[in-house]
Amino acid sequence: MTRVTNASRRDTDDLPAVIERVVTLTVNGRPHTLRLDTRVTLLDALRDRLGLTGTKKGCDQGACGACTVHLDGRRVLACLTLAAQAEGRDVTTIEGVSGTDGHPHPVQQAFMEHDGFQCGFCTPGQIMSAMALMAEGRTGSDEEIREFMSGNLCRCGAYPNIVAAIREAAARGGHDARL
Amino acid sequence: MRAFDYVRATDTREAVRLLADDPEASCLAGGTTQLDLMKDGVLQPPRLIDITRLPLHGIERRDESLHVGALVTMEELAADTTVAERLPMVRESLLLGASVQLRNMATIGGNLLQRTRCRYFRDPTVPECNKRAPGSGCAAVQGAARMHAVLGASERCIALHASDLAVALVALDALVHIQGPTGSRTVPLTEFYLTADVSPERETVLEHAELITGVEIPLPPPAARSGYLKVRDRTSYEFALASAAVQLVLDDGTILEARVALGGVGTKPWRAHAAEHLLTGAPATTATFTEAAEATMQDAWTVPGTAFKVPLARRTLVRELQTVSGVTA
Ligand SMILES: Cc1cc2nc3c(=O)[nH]c(=O)nc-3n(C[C@H](O)[C@H](O)[C@H](O)COP(=O)(O)OP(=O)(O)OC[C@H]3O[C@@H](n4cnc5c(N)ncnc54)[C@H](O)[C@@H]3O)c2cc1C
Ligand code: FES
Ligand code: FES
Repeated sequence: MTRVTNASRRDTDDLPAVIERVVTLTVNGRPHTLRLDTRVTLLDALRDRLGLTGTKKGCDQGACGACTVHLDGRRVLACLTLAAQAEGRDVTTIEGVSGTDGHPHPVQQAFMEHDGFQCGFCTPGQIMSAMALMAEGRTGSDEEIREFMSGNLCRCGAYPNIVAAIREAAARGGHDARL
Repeated sequence: MRAFDYVRATDTREAVRLLADDPEASCLAGGTTQLDLMKDGVLQPPRLIDITRLPLHGIERRDESLHVGALVTMEELAADTTVAERLPMVRESLLLGASVQLRNMATIGGNLLQRTRCRYFRDPTVPECNKRAPGSGCAAVQGAARMHAVLGASERCIALHASDLAVALVALDALVHIQGPTGSRTVPLTEFYLTADVSPERETVLEHAELITGVEIPLPPPAARSGYLKVRDRTSYEFALASAAVQLVLDDGTILEARVALGGVGTKPWRAHAAEHLLTGAPATTATFTEAAEATMQDAWTVPGTAFKVPLARRTLVRELQTVSGVTA
């Protein structure tokens, strides 16, 4: 995340190189108290500090959707959310969507059945987004699915199978699926 | 990214005071512009004031206007029933912007204050940028321009204001409510933005330590019809090459009232007063629409990469006038 640039800085830069803050994050129902550099995004906290590497880092700038997680039940991008901003909110990641019995979530199941991926890198983000899509009630047609899934890019071009998986999960009563 | 101090404000006056105490502090709302540009090294505030927990999340209808708190998200505003029933142009401009994930984060105040997507502005290794370094020049004028502005543009700067929502809101004469260290004020959105040919480095009349607390949208007369057309390089999740917000009141083929604004072409969200003037009182015909579109684009300032935007914006406006009026002849 740190980049070296030639941008002008204050000559008298009296800020310390690192400013830390204690942040309590509730992820998949469990609280974690971490001491974090204020610059740490929710994405980096999940991956590097909590070992939850299911959430992917694609562009790290809000363009690809690979880092999609749910914050208080709404889909957001973890790469443009500071960890500190998620404090006091419920974070759900791909690791938290399967049933307590270990069975995959119906959307995960549908992605497997329809081969909704090739390399799999975008898949956790696609699944988090698709679950939210169903809760939002936006699975009325393939056109609607495509429009409201457009924030999740897939380099492998698995789009037709992704749409098919979502269509099927929705038809199976996905609207009531756990979010 | 430069280290910064993070402070979460819980009260609007406290947030204003925290900003006033540090001339280099910035506020953080959804973060979709702010953090993005901090990652790029374009913005380097030593202190971020997180305003997302301030009590500015409400949407309230008062008589014939809608009061929208600055921290209402784009998705929340698009889902509002008054917006769905009375402000279709606003709803469309919201839902055609960014992605659902971004719209769940992005706030209305932040949307109005989003920064340009100009790639030279976003790259601090490029020395020439009159926005970042006043007086240094404009790399885009000589460089690869495409997603750039042609109205309010000059050799000083051609950076586009890329908001879709702001285009609909300037057409509707929305008001911006502002709170600062010395009190509150209200500014019409049409007077809120400055153009880059005048002041590339200063984009709005907002002063440091002033917060947008909300936006007030006057509701159109029930007889009005409106719509927002966005033309872009791909069908979804892309910024506009040209867009048009149109609201008309028609009576038996005559245009009684017209509100028009263009996006994707201006260094600010572009209210097309000249077009409105030509449309008002005129018959709703394609000839009238074309005349209005030509008048709007006549002051365009182009570079080779942006010349295509003049006919594109003209056609976009004619198309949307046809769609909203139902007149294609
Ligand atoms: C990939 C991508 C695609 C996008 N596509 C579109 C699109 O198609 N159409 C479109 O319109 N937009 C688009 N956007 C832009 C997006 O809508 C804006 O980034 C967003 O609306 C900014 O809101 P925010 O709450 O995240 O603001 P922030 O990033 O938190 O803040 C933006 C700026 O405003 C200041 N600020 C925020 N709130 C206030 C306030 N209340 N008072 C005073 N100052 C304030 C901040 O200090 C900062 O300088 C896109 C963005 C991305 C990353
Ligand atoms: S990693 Fe967050 S959107 Fe690409
Ligand atoms: S499956 Fe490879 S990026 Fe989507």
